[in-house]
Amino acid sequence: MSKSGISRPGTPYLLLLPGVAFLFTFFLWPIANLAQTSTQTPVAGGDTGEYEQSLRWQNYIDAFLENKEQFGRSFLYAAIATVAALAIAYPLAYAIAFKAGKYKNVLLVLVVAPFFTSFLLRTIAWKQILGEQGFVVPLLRDLHIIAPSTTLTSSAFAVVSGMTYNFLPFMTLPIYASIDRIDPRTLEASGDLYANGLTTFRKVTLPLSMPGVVAGTLLTFIPAAGDYVNAAILGSPQTKMIGNVIESRFFKIVDYPTAAALSFTLMAAILILVTVYIRKAGTDELV
Amino acid sequence: MRTVSRWFQRNLIRIYAVIAFTYLLIPVAYTVAFSFNDGGKSNLIWKGFTFDNWMNPCGAPEVCTALGNSIKIGFLATLFSTILGTMIAFAIGRHKFRGRSTTNLMIFLPMATPEIVLGASMLSLFLTLKVNPGFWPTVLAHVVFCMSFVVVTVKARIASLDPRLEQAAMDLYANEFETFRRVTLPLVAPGIAAAALLAFSLSFDDFIITNFNSGTMTTFPKFVYVSAARGIPPQANVIGSAMFIIALTVVILGQIVGRKRAVK
Amino acid sequence: MSEKSSIQGDLRLTNVTKSYGDFTAVNDLSLTIPEGSFFALLGPSGCGKTTTLRMVAGLEEPTQGTISLGSTDITYTKPYQRPINTVFQNYALFPHLTIFENIAFGLRRRGIKDVKEQVEKALELVELSHLSARKPTQLSGGQQQRIALARAIVNRPALLLLDEPLGALDLKLRRQMQIELKWIQKEVGLTFVHVTHDQEEAMTMADTIAVMNEGEIEQLGSPADLYDNPKTAFVANFLGQSNLIKGTITGNDGDNHIVDLFGQKISLAKNRSHAVDNSIFAGIRPEKFRISRLATPFSGNVLSGGKIEDVSYIGVSTQYQVLMPWGQELMVFEQNDDAVAPFSVGEDVNISWEAGFTFALRGDEDAEAGTEVNPEEIIEDDE
Repeated sequence: MSKSGISRPGTPYLLLLPGVAFLFTFFLWPIANLAQTSTQTPVAGGDTGEYEQSLRWQNYIDAFLENKEQFGRSFLYAAIATVAALAIAYPLAYAIAFKAGKYKNVLLVLVVAPFFTSFLLRTIAWKQILGEQGFVVPLLRDLHIIAPSTTLTSSAFAVVSGMTYNFLPFMTLPIYASIDRIDPRTLEASGDLYANGLTTFRKVTLPLSMPGVVAGTLLTFIPAAGDYVNAAILGSPQTKMIGNVIESRFFKIVDYPTAAALSFTLMAAILILVTVYIRKAGTDELV
Repeated sequence: MRTVSRWFQRNLIRIYAVIAFTYLLIPVAYTVAFSFNDGGKSNLIWKGFTFDNWMNPCGAPEVCTALGNSIKIGFLATLFSTILGTMIAFAIGRHKFRGRSTTNLMIFLPMATPEIVLGASMLSLFLTLKVNPGFWPTVLAHVVFCMSFVVVTVKARIASLDPRLEQAAMDLYANEFETFRRVTLPLVAPGIAAAALLAFSLSFDDFIITNFNSGTMTTFPKFVYVSAARGIPPQANVIGSAMFIIALTVVILGQIVGRKRAVK
Repeated sequence: MSEKSSIQGDLRLTNVTKSYGDFTAVNDLSLTIPEGSFFALLGPSGCGKTTTLRMVAGLEEPTQGTISLGSTDITYTKPYQRPINTVFQNYALFPHLTIFENIAFGLRRRGIKDVKEQVEKALELVELSHLSARKPTQLSGGQQQRIALARAIVNRPALLLLDEPLGALDLKLRRQMQIELKWIQKEVGLTFVHVTHDQEEAMTMADTIAVMNEGEIEQLGSPADLYDNPKTAFVANFLGQSNLIKGTITGNDGDNHIVDLFGQKISLAKNRSHAVDNSIFAGIRPEKFRISRLATPFSGNVLSGGKIEDVSYIGVSTQYQVLMPWGQELMVFEQNDDAVAPFSVGEDVNISWEAGFTFALRGDEDAEAGTEVNPEEIIEDDE
């Protein structure tokens, strides 16, 4: 069965060539290059930044052991942020899909709107809002909800909150797309077959929205695990994530092999987690 | 009492939505508010209301250079990624060929790769090639990750296209080229436009990959990050707020035009 | 309207086969469609009729065989090079163009000069001139269908193909469109090839019908021929309804056979028998049967010993199921005129009919063929 009826055989390859060549050169080759760098060692007696190829796989083990705390922390924060984002986004997506009526498109725009200000500005705004000069902390202190000495910034709480906030649209939109696709008549059928509101949600809406949930969690977790900006702005040295380590290894302490090894370990860890997750969730086509 | 609780039950989710939207927009409101702050160089405490910042958005040093770079990079990255990505989308979405699923995977990979790895690997490559990080390396890096999003967006639009429309065109004496030009392209155009818009916003807002590949060149996000320590000048807030308003207007206008076109 | 195309003549398919891997959609099909006729391809879902149509349009290529229009071989010519236009099942109107531009599309591609005049004439023909500036999504189903027709006709093709164009319309509108299409065809003088699974529609509109089943033509002829004298059980059951009774030819009587049906004897005209040997299925249409009570005199062929099992009042007629002594239920449609008093369940009756209405099929036919479509066997044939 041909999709458009008639087409010339060479067309797909011609169309693909420029884009694929580009990706090869500027995506696959760099990754391969990074892999090569990860096994290099500093030239004995050379300047900083000079490395030679020595296939030192030990780099990986060294890098991992040295930074396993940051690795663990990164995945923990990412996981918490993902769950928090899911908890916030799901009801929101549900509300837009079912309760918005003709304002659906407007609300969707509002979900994405924060994106239009710079990501940095938003994160820094939170830092100010949650900081000493903001209104939140003094208010909470006055209400005796937190102790006078507690600060909200430079904390794990702030970092995870920042991540949750920044990735919220990534979580909301796929879930919304999935829920919106549900034929409202299936929900009516469920009611017709003696299921109350909660049961209908559990047995019909929730399962049908799963593809969106899976997509959303992936789109949130993957970038979150490698993020370092939230940690840099809203955190402290105690909240360093693996992204911060990689960044400093590239720019502050010039140690490319370690940075490269850490990058690949991060990628590998994410890939493994994602594969397991997808297998468990059972969806095949996300893209 | 019961009617009150029932009202709550029924509207619970609406109340929640209001709260959630407020939460989403708090930082935006803060940014806009402080763009009117008479705070001088460091914009940390509210000192007074002023229009000065809006009148003089380039007042703080480097702000407009950074903004200019971001816009230039955004434009170029959008141009290349949209063209290349659309071509790929057509190839994958329209034809069956050997290596189709491999190509699909390769398109998906940049989206699944953490930005830090993308940025680091490209920097690593440039260093190996003895190319200095700067404007063009940044543009190239942006094209890489924007392309995948373009492919996904355009592919979705192509998939929703009824193949019978193209068959009808050929039945009505349009050859392959004319069919593409007069039927396929106009119908896919909204998807391409959306993809371009997406690519631009991703590029403009990008920090991590840019940070790795821009060297001494500033972009707007980089500028904000660097000045975070000593206090972001209110002019940055002005620009951020302006971006928000412009983008919001563009999208809303797009909605209105789209709705008008459907009704007429 | 625009000039009629220079390639014209009868459409001829010769030994056309279309296979997709192991699946054969169209099997060695040969067919001639005379110029200027209204031709119907009739058959159930999956029989290959749409595939055949698409091959004529050029949207599919035959695996084997040739297609020619007049003296020109068009088997492998591209769709945009053929003077053939299609009215698609879901209309396929271009959503981004106005009605005017939709209709003008083919004219513009061919470089015709007086587009405005032609389009206006086409709109007048389908009585939708006032919709010229609208977009397809603003039109109702019936209006879209007429525009799709106008868009095809304005090009004055040698052949107009219609792929189940009335399927999405409701009953009254469909009936109205059937009459209009027939009128338009006569008015404009084009050759129409109409694909449908609705046998009433085919019989109403077409001059000639080809009944297709599983990629092959079962029978070709005028509606009357196919209805009165079906050659296979499929045609007998698919077009209208038939009673098929197993029997044996036991003797001759001049121009007629004598047939034994479970011990009862009837007469069958020799030239209405398609049997190859003595084993046959005798076929009679339900409206040809007459039911009589035992005491009433009868004429023609008679089957006795029937018992009324079911009565359905349809308004125009009453439908009876009559159980015969050999266990088969026969269908009878009686007009509700006063000549016959209504029968009730349980009555003992005889069935009689004019002998000349009997037809005979081969004894090895599947008597159930064409009666029902098995849902599991439905294959989409417009892939």
